[in-house]
Amino acid sequence: MIPLAHFMLVSAILFCIGLYAVLAKKNAIMILIGIEFMLNAAILNFVAFSKHDKIALGGQVFALFAIVLAAATVAVTLAIILNVYKYYRTIDPTKIDQLRD
Amino acid sequence: MTIEQLAFYVISATALLSALLVVSLKNFVRSIFLFFLTLFSMAGLFVFALADFVAVTQLVIYVGGVLVLMIFAFLLSNRELLNNPEASEQSGFLHYLPGITVSVVFLGVLLMVLLKLDPGEFQWIQQSKENTLKPTDNTIHYLGINIMTRYLLPFEVVSVLLLMALIGAAHLARKEKEQ
Repeated sequence: MIPLAHFMLVSAILFCIGLYAVLAKKNAIMILIGIEFMLNAAILNFVAFSKHDKIALGGQVFALFAIVLAAATVAVTLAIILNVYKYYRTIDPTKIDQLRD
Repeated sequence: MTIEQLAFYVISATALLSALLVVSLKNFVRSIFLFFLTLFSMAGLFVFALADFVAVTQLVIYVGGVLVLMIFAFLLSNRELLNNPEASEQSGFLHYLPGITVSVVFLGVLLMVLLKLDPGEFQWIQQSKENTLKPTDNTIHYLGINIMTRYLLPFEVVSVLLLMALIGAAHLARKEKEQ
């Protein structure tokens, strides 16, 4: 039986690693990976708390929904990144700062 | 220390170390393959929270779908995309300092909350003695019933959203004809 606080500790550290990737990386794919880390940390919390909710299992059901949403997001984001690369020849988000053609 | 706790700490150390390596390595392909390791050990952690179905879903969708999609998209497309833009520029410690500072401070805030909180003492957790999952319970049974009754509306909304994402991604990724 692992205490809830340990799950929350792991998830807090993973969330901060993802936050660092989002803030410091200069590569759109690494930023996407950072967002995936943060999502996974949130899913771990959902799942850990749903252990105490056997009848409704809200945490596990919404963890499933979050996984599905993350997969859909990744598909769309990768398509967007490929298009941005085709247009600007870079995927550094700090260099893509024009809305006009 | 029981064998369960030992396995939990080993798997969580694997997850956190590989996540740290993912964000600190310069080589992009290596960090994608380490990302695979992180997702795999996160699925292991879900098993310790007695969520076996979520763990299998994580393996099938993240490891089997998302990661293969990432690897395909970038190994099949232009090679220059894989060249890390950071490698070409001067990237000293000073460049990373703001990101490190913000995330460490945020981690400090989270840890402080966690120390004060003590989640085992929540009222609803204290009252959920017979509502707690046991390792022998069949979670798939409960999950199936709940998805089809209590959470039917979110289920339908997610399916519509998946269809939208499918159409959107296919539309964005297709090659346009030269006019």
